[in-house]
Amino acid sequence: MKKLLVSILQFPGTNCEYDTVYAVEKLGHDTRVVWHKENKLPVNTDLVIIPGGFSYGDYLRSGSIARFSPIMNAIKEYAASGGRVLGICNGFQILTEMGLLPGALKRNNNLHFVSKKQTIKVINNDNAFLNQCKKGDILNIPVAHADGNYYIDDWGYEELVKNGQILLRYCDNNGESKVLNGSVQQIAGICNSEKNIFGLMPHPERAMELILGSEDGIRMLKGFQNR
Amino acid sequence: MKAVINIYLKEGVLDPQGKATHHALGSLGFNGVSDVRIGKQIVLQLDAKGKTEAEEKVREMTETLLANTVIEDYTIEIL
Repeated sequence: MKKLLVSILQFPGTNCEYDTVYAVEKLGHDTRVVWHKENKLPVNTDLVIIPGGFSYGDYLRSGSIARFSPIMNAIKEYAASGGRVLGICNGFQILTEMGLLPGALKRNNNLHFVSKKQTIKVINNDNAFLNQCKKGDILNIPVAHADGNYYIDDWGYEELVKNGQILLRYCDNNGESKVLNGSVQQIAGICNSEKNIFGLMPHPERAMELILGSEDGIRMLKGFQNR
Repeated sequence: MKAVINIYLKEGVLDPQGKATHHALGSLGFNGVSDVRIGKQIVLQLDAKGKTEAEEKVREMTETLLANTVIEDYTIEIL
């Protein structure tokens, strides 16, 4: 196994960066926490993770201010040259605000902050992220968000389906579709058409230990080391 | 110069706050309300040579940061 260098971004209000460090280091990889005022990524970065939290207090819209931080120019360049970027929760919101992923994340339909363990179904695994999962696998991963209601117009949705960009959907324990927050077609995670930028609302970094309820996050994050 | 920007979710994009408020109005006996949309208003003070320049500047700010045009529409008023 090649040891990866994973750069984990940190904004004012980020709160999952050290959980993410723990998860990545548990898999045997190196991490760097990168402050948002930096304008360069550590050289030899193999993967960038934009972790969860409440960057800039979610003011204006979740992720809308963080996208203009100095480090984000480096992220755009890194992604444009094929570098892999994973946005978890607030990271997913930032990536959609930047236009690096299509669609947008709205307030949950029931207006509540939803925080619980949630089953999600693997829809596509032909990518650098979910290649250790099988299509149809049901994973148990915590969610914790108020703005996780994924919106995309009909045309955009068709494109996602056609290109195999839908990664995960919310489901019940039997894998049947389940409404969690009002997301279009219960989408929990997507990638771009080039399949190097990934975003999801659930938190795989919080599902790394059976004693804490699930270790399904291991299978998810391991994907990056195999391709 | 003062600019007032009103930002709303687009028609066709479900507005959960508006829907909940609509429901509450009905429960309170306020009938005859057919729709409620909740948005936000941003008020800016800015330097500009005239209304046209001010509107151009504010439009750029709105498209860049203040609104997410994937899901939101906006109106700009220069006072």
